Amino acid sequence: MIRRKLGHLSYAPEGFVPAELVSAVTAHGIDDTRRAFLRSSFAAALLGSTVIATRSSAAEGELEILEKQPWQTTLGKPVAATPYGLPSVFEKNLQRRESPGLTRVSAASVAFTPLQGLFGIITPSGLHFERHHQGWVDIDPAKHRLMINGLVKQAKIFTMDDLLRLPSVSRIHFIECGANTGLEWGNVAVPTVQYTHGMLSCCEFTGVPLSVLLDQCGADLKKGKYVLAEGGDGSGMTRTIPMENALDDVFVAWGMNGEMLRPENGYPLRLVVPGVQGVSWVKWLRRIEVGDSPYASKDEAVHYIDLMPDGLHRQYTSIQECKSVITTPSGGQQLHATGFYNVSGMAWSGRGKIKRVDVSFDGGNHWRTARLESPVLSKAVTRFNIDWVWDGSPAILQSRAIDSTGYVQPPIRTLRAIRGSRSIYHNNAIQSWEVGSNGEVSNVQVG
Amino acid sequence: MFRSAERRSPPPPSRGRSGGGWGGAILIFISVALPATAADKFPGIGRTATGAEVAAWDIDVRPDFKGLPSGSGSVAKGQEIWDARCANCHGTFGESNEIFTPIVGGTTKQDIERGRVASLTDQKQPQRTTMMKVATLSSLFDYIYRAMPWNEPRSLTVDETYAVLAHILNLAEVVPDDFVLSDKTMDSVQARMPNRFGMTKTHGLANARGKPDIQATACMKDCAEFVQIGSRLPDYARNAHNNLADQNRIWGPFRGADTSVAALAALSLSRSVALTQSAPSSAGEDAVPPAPTGKILYAKHHCAACHGLTNKLVGPSFRDVAKRYQGKSDVNVVLERKIKLGGAGAWGNIPMPPHATIEASDIASLVSWILEGKF
Repeated sequence: MIRRKLGHLSYAPEGFVPAELVSAVTAHGIDDTRRAFLRSSFAAALLGSTVIATRSSAAEGELEILEKQPWQTTLGKPVAATPYGLPSVFEKNLQRRESPGLTRVSAASVAFTPLQGLFGIITPSGLHFERHHQGWVDIDPAKHRLMINGLVKQAKIFTMDDLLRLPSVSRIHFIECGANTGLEWGNVAVPTVQYTHGMLSCCEFTGVPLSVLLDQCGADLKKGKYVLAEGGDGSGMTRTIPMENALDDVFVAWGMNGEMLRPENGYPLRLVVPGVQGVSWVKWLRRIEVGDSPYASKDEAVHYIDLMPDGLHRQYTSIQECKSVITTPSGGQQLHATGFYNVSGMAWSGRGKIKRVDVSFDGGNHWRTARLESPVLSKAVTRFNIDWVWDGSPAILQSRAIDSTGYVQPPIRTLRAIRGSRSIYHNNAIQSWEVGSNGEVSNVQVG
Repeated sequence: MFRSAERRSPPPPSRGRSGGGWGGAILIFISVALPATAADKFPGIGRTATGAEVAAWDIDVRPDFKGLPSGSGSVAKGQEIWDARCANCHGTFGESNEIFTPIVGGTTKQDIERGRVASLTDQKQPQRTTMMKVATLSSLFDYIYRAMPWNEPRSLTVDETYAVLAHILNLAEVVPDDFVLSDKTMDSVQARMPNRFGMTKTHGLANARGKPDIQATACMKDCAEFVQIGSRLPDYARNAHNNLADQNRIWGPFRGADTSVAALAALSLSRSVALTQSAPSSAGEDAVPPAPTGKILYAKHHCAACHGLTNKLVGPSFRDVAKRYQGKSDVNVVLERKIKLGGAGAWGNIPMPPHATIEASDIASLVSWILEGKF
């Protein structure tokens, strides 16, 4: 943080003050001649003659305080000027983005969440990551149906009206694509946390437990060891879910962060499968089939399979293991000064709660335990923070999460030793960010 | 409320009780079909699906071929459909990598005999194709019928689906040219799938109770003898994801690095970055770049797409340009015109396109810098 001390010019609007004058003032302090130069610099760059007409000067304080600002001196906008609210114009850089060159067609692609700008644990609905296999659709809820069939006493149809009458639950869970961080198995490939980890979001979802619906249809729980979830869009996405999960904490959701799901996220109905990779959270959910064996759908037989060094693919890999990442400072950011920083990040586990997060500033040689912020919820993102005083020398920042089962997030070399570097999916390695002596933060891998 | 489909479902017991003679019959039916546990819990919610409705939606096919519809299609018929409706994305031979990953390639006769694809381990195949990976033939049938062609899903008939799949299998040399794929022959083809033994379900990632394959430790002190950086982004990729300054908050301690220019030489407060906010019109561009030099303009105007500084790419290297034009008369004017209007023939067959949108002052700076020859 640049010290805000009167008479220092570091917080003057950039480029308005000539560099020679900056060094002159820094070296010799401010006098009448230099003050006059300063005024003319501001005047020329900022507001014509208005600045000069005021009685403020850099030595007396900041113009932001000494000057009356437009928002102080004008009437603000009326209520409902933006009937559905939007972020400030100053926040427009934080958007979902595609990674250039990753996919050839945008309808079968990914838009990553800008984790580098988010706080706390909830992902704003408009920034929830997108991953579509055959484009997204906006389904008329009056025409949407959920069918439950297969090994049930009675195959049933539920309308959205039916579903919203049932007893609902609201729970906060993370959703992470199985391929999140998949680009980084072999080497560093992308610059920022948006692209390394941005297929991660965490929202409050509202819906009805799948067990309620299965019970309502008289599902055969003896023979029915699996359910198949199917989407209503063109891709007709299908995923097998073990009955054990289905009865445990899976639910059929319509609500997200207090409003209806966004169409990109499956409006009006999606499956929530806590702890399990995003592809199983079938969007535009139209059908649940109870069966006695797995279905080996395309996205269980050609994609979302993890190639091991012996040439075998692991099939039905689903759980997102314990993982964490520092989001500020992170790759592609620029620190402009030495001094104190709150280092902040996210941790999550598909097996339960986050128990502890450690942070290293020297590439993993020494670690300190970070503060976990509340709430700490099962299969949800937990926010962590830790103090750091940067002395300006190069540093490598890492975070390492431990979950309630005792599982410790591994370094990338430990993962590669077992799984090689071609599995694409389920890379939960410790992330390293290098802070250079010039303040720029870069994505690096250690070891 | 009383849509036709709902009338087809058995009425709830209360209505049965108040109804006439046939209502009693239905009541008996319900008491047999629906034990009191389920339906009574949430009366009035949901209805019975009709057979036609289930048939319309339940089209999935499992590895044991449960759900496989009867029908057939030949390789020859499949080729017709392929050429007309599939080849534009997947290539004539299913080999295309232009839009989606290739379907066919990387499998051998030995793989078909063995049931394991060798190129998954020897890494001779640059990219994994569908046929290298897929173990279950049902997966392909299910997916083609459910979701292909990509922009017209559910437009293939059952027979057309068999035909297209027969053609893919023929391209992969799993079935002969005169083969007819049908619900009767799927089984025999499954026995020839090149990677049919290539899947394992022995791992700890199937459910939350699974035993992890990775065991790491939480060392706190003196954990690494050496800390060595094994991988970082190369310099040429600095701006490959576009300017990162435009992808971060424009105020506050964690702004984006301006990747449209070279990294700062050092942390420098004399650069006097504004911590106060400028007008929204400049949002995302508040970091004023240093004075433009040739190298910055080289990056800014994407010259590197065709020109290396010292190596030949599509066009000549800037070093070669400097060498050739050094000392000639009016050389700055000549080169500035070539950049602005384009040129051809001086360095081979590939023409240089015009660059009408680059400002004259930038072009002049670029040319001076190129001719200086100090890269």
